[in-house]
Amino acid sequence: MEIDPFIFRLSIFILSIFIGYYVVWSVTPSLHTPLMSVTNAISSVIIVGAIIAALAGSSNNTFDTSSIFGFLAIILAAVNIFGGFLVTQRMLQMYKKKKNNKK
Amino acid sequence: MISANLSAIFYLISGILFILALRGLSSPDTSRQGNYFGIIGMVIAIAVTFLSIGNFSTSIVYVFLLLIVGGAVGSFIAFRIPMTAMPELVAGFHSLVGLAAVFVAIAAFLNPSAFNLGSVGDIKLASLIEMSIGAAVGAITFSGSIIAFLKLRGIMSGAPITFTGQHYLNLILGITIFVLVFYLCKSQSESFFWTVIAISFFVGVLLIIPIGGADMPVVISMLNSYSGWAAAGIGFTLENTALIITGALVGSSGAILSYIMCKAMNRSFISVILGGFGADNSSSNTKDKQDQKPVKSGNAEDAAFLMKNASSVIIVPGYGMAVAQAQHALREMVDKLKKNDIKVTYAIHPVAGRMPGHMNVLLAEANVPYDEVFELEDINNDFANSDVAFVIGANDVTNPVAKTDPKSPIFGMPVLDVEKCKSVLFVKRSLSPGYAGIDNELFYRDNTLMLFADAKKMTEDIVKNLD
Repeated sequence: MEIDPFIFRLSIFILSIFIGYYVVWSVTPSLHTPLMSVTNAISSVIIVGAIIAALAGSSNNTFDTSSIFGFLAIILAAVNIFGGFLVTQRMLQMYKKKKNNKK
Repeated sequence: MISANLSAIFYLISGILFILALRGLSSPDTSRQGNYFGIIGMVIAIAVTFLSIGNFSTSIVYVFLLLIVGGAVGSFIAFRIPMTAMPELVAGFHSLVGLAAVFVAIAAFLNPSAFNLGSVGDIKLASLIEMSIGAAVGAITFSGSIIAFLKLRGIMSGAPITFTGQHYLNLILGITIFVLVFYLCKSQSESFFWTVIAISFFVGVLLIIPIGGADMPVVISMLNSYSGWAAAGIGFTLENTALIITGALVGSSGAILSYIMCKAMNRSFISVILGGFGADNSSSNTKDKQDQKPVKSGNAEDAAFLMKNASSVIIVPGYGMAVAQAQHALREMVDKLKKNDIKVTYAIHPVAGRMPGHMNVLLAEANVPYDEVFELEDINNDFANSDVAFVIGANDVTNPVAKTDPKSPIFGMPVLDVEKCKSVLFVKRSLSPGYAGIDNELFYRDNTLMLFADAKKMTEDIVKNLD
């Protein structure tokens, strides 16, 4: 009998939770705020769904209801991607400066 | 146009890059590299999505346009936001992820064929369940984060809002969502789908309003976790590996942070969620004590004198430092002390501030070297050997009552042993109790000198007096 592909996705999901568990415990507490902003940025990878939705209605009507929701989601996710990664970078940059000052 | 198999492999690669992004945060030295991995992962995911669709039409122009608009807004916010506003920024960003998840779920529901999920009215059962979960969790994340944002911004009072039957109402609404999802799967009816989303928005609001200001670190971590689970739900719907991996990473990351925060307050996750911390604490009792006990208060001159004659000083920052934006003045003060060969270190309680690591970021902004900043368990034994503890904007996390009075609501919470220092300088605007609503015994100790002023102003005055 064939295995439902859902089971494979579930396996990926569960293994990723374990990876997340061990990786996050090793994050130093002083970087917990950048951790939150970077996890926030990467969860915006949901934009792939938004792009698919936005481009799906193209054959007959660019702006059917479904693609409008896709377009809206693109804006939201884009704000998050750029905002999230840049603000993380800005924070991490501050941790760097100090190191250089000390040397 | 690239094949589905090839794009799946690219999504896996971007998932791995996201793992490396988090891995980099294990030390400040590797963290920037980690962030670049994250960015590369995101670029790959987006590029592959475009390539896998292939059939480009006029709407791709709009997609790029909106990407640029959103990106510009995001970049603008990222560069302009002051570091003290980081908690509300993160809360705001969580709400965007939540809402994006809701929108993608709606789009998938209205046009399932675009995602290979069947056709309208005949969506695959598993997909329907997955998108309902994604939409419901996304909606809770959205409205919950909005409330958290408003509370952190001070637009809404940080005090817990509770009413009788609150928990039953949440329970009933939660069950209703499950029942509606069940009927949605049976009937494929659009109205059930919309109702699920509407109720979830409402649940998000109800979940966050009873939680008080001091519990915000837990709330933000929790919402972080929710945004991850919402993304994972959508990932299952879209059969997208990158989204599933990311959702799981973010979900477990937020859950771990919530756990760390709860442990640092010696509270169970459940009791934080149920909310209303300190609400039932009789405040009259506190007032009596205040009137009876003598308090020693001093000015900047006294504080400067004490510190100048010390050989080691430990700084204990808290939320008050963030509110007063005192971190730069503090750093100036520390520089002066160091010139006098005084050893200065910083002690940070895990729940100091309004989000995990909040104080560390502010000190980093003020150019404090991170090897002078210590976590609770690493520095707590040093207080007994130090001359001065300079408490600036922290309160509950220093309260010795947590160790001595089993009746206190914060009993058992790990606290910084500041009272073991030879003398304690406590910068505070008034004697008012902290967020836990309880009196701090430290104020009335013989070795405590209260400095009643705004944290920034007091620190600046001390700097002047140190010359």
